[in-house]
Amino acid sequence: MSVTHWQKTPPEQDPGASALSRPGLASADEIAVSLTDVSKVYGRGNSALLALDKVSLTAGRGEFVCLIGASGCGKSTLLSLVAGLDEPTAGTIATPGGRVTLMFQEPALFPWLTASRNVELALRARGVPRSQRADRVAELLETVHLGGFGDKRPHELSGGMRQRVALARALAQDADVLLMDEPFGALDAMTRDLLHDELERICSGRTLTVLFVTHNVREAVRLGDRVIVLSSRPGRVIEEYQVPRRGPRRIDSVEVAELASQITDRLREEMSRHDS
Amino acid sequence: MTARTQPARPQPSAIEGLDRLELGSLPVGSDSGRRLRKAWTAVWPKLLAIALILVIWQIVHLTGWKSYVLKGPGAVLSDLWHQMQHGLLWQAIGITLRRAVMGYALALVIGSIVGVLVARIPLLRAGVGSIITGLQTMPSIVWFPVGIVLFGLSTATILFVMVLGAAPSIANGLMTGVDYTPPLLLRAGQTMGLRGFALYRYLILPASLPAYVAGMKQGWAFAWRSLMAGELLVLILGQPSLGVLLNNNQNLQDFAGVTSIMIVILVIGILVDMVFNKIDAFIRRRRGLLNPGTAG
Repeated sequence: MSVTHWQKTPPEQDPGASALSRPGLASADEIAVSLTDVSKVYGRGNSALLALDKVSLTAGRGEFVCLIGASGCGKSTLLSLVAGLDEPTAGTIATPGGRVTLMFQEPALFPWLTASRNVELALRARGVPRSQRADRVAELLETVHLGGFGDKRPHELSGGMRQRVALARALAQDADVLLMDEPFGALDAMTRDLLHDELERICSGRTLTVLFVTHNVREAVRLGDRVIVLSSRPGRVIEEYQVPRRGPRRIDSVEVAELASQITDRLREEMSRHDS
Repeated sequence: MTARTQPARPQPSAIEGLDRLELGSLPVGSDSGRRLRKAWTAVWPKLLAIALILVIWQIVHLTGWKSYVLKGPGAVLSDLWHQMQHGLLWQAIGITLRRAVMGYALALVIGSIVGVLVARIPLLRAGVGSIITGLQTMPSIVWFPVGIVLFGLSTATILFVMVLGAAPSIANGLMTGVDYTPPLLLRAGQTMGLRGFALYRYLILPASLPAYVAGMKQGWAFAWRSLMAGELLVLILGQPSLGVLLNNNQNLQDFAGVTSIMIVILVIGILVDMVFNKIDAFIRRRRGLLNPGTAG
């Protein structure tokens, strides 16, 4: 079901059309996100910093892709580019998959609004009529298991619950592509485990393409259909792992541990190359 | 671990992990007895301070220092009580407060409009931004000569000076709030698709509210000072304001009367300040920014 190969094709003016003409794919429909030779330079002159160096990757519709790498590999930069919050210095980014939304490590909820209002605002920004909003908000909060907490303000909720509200808000944007920037990085391991299960459940109920950035190898293997390993300074794609999918996994299962240690070794190798 | 009353949870199974422990610290609810005790702890230091001031005042009075001007608290308070029996004081308070409301409302409207425009338009900001900060530090009383030439000895002159005193603080507060909107929230708003007016209406303005209220509070202090200065300088016939009463009592060498009016002015200032503090505490409590120790 997933598109396993990423290819380096020269940047083109119309990436949507190029996806159509690619021989390996049945139709453009299958690709939700594609990056072609994307580079990003911050600053200029002597202080210029190459954050991303010719990164090419694709995510198929409905695929869960994890991006992993040590700090400084430009993971967050990459998501900002895909979300359209920033412009690449070179290369092209196409999101034929449709609407894109981004979730951060911090919940980034509006502290003056209740949980319900935070979710509602995303609906309002999308132009959902007032009469439908209340029902949609209730439904979304149920989805993230916060049915009774709509009236609470962010500071009255725990870290995990805030991140659930942020997830509900992201879902409210009815995006086809969900970009997640270490969304569970600030949570304790137990809460994170539970949210993994929930994210999996939520994704299985809809065709949602996810690009999930993390520096936790087990998390990546636990969640992803595919794990892409990035090098640091500059960020480059160095390796890609297809995760064998056999129903729901647990973070402590043997398959996860095996693949995780394989990826960890690869990352170590990459890091020691940097240190020397 | 002891059982704790927790808010109703329809799906308890969903909130597990350390979330469950964190929830235990939610406030449970308040009974009236505790509220009364809380009010008392807020009030008694103030009562003590007033009592202390009265004692020191009485001691100074007993030493006989400048006794011609410095009347004792007994004489002043009985004078105040006496004035409160007469319509004149209340009429004066009414006129002064009406001017205060008018001038402050005008300053609020003008300051807010200027603040939004300057925050919004980079060109205006580069040109006018530092001028507004400069105006804020300028004593508004220096505008009186200009005001009197423009509007004569009228209420308009007083309002003019009040607006020039208060509006820069209000505009500045709003501009600061807009500048300090957390970048993360801006990014969240952008990914949500909030643009243009909606971005201001739903994100930037609510985010700047605390700084805006701080600016409003400072603006009130400037407006009140300008008003008092104005009422002492611009005496309008047939409009007995607090400034006029202060002036009259001084001319009549009634220093107990002067002191009583000063107390009235002080009390009004304190009461309005309390209103602003309540608004500020309310906003901060809603956003989870209030330290338990700084309440009241």
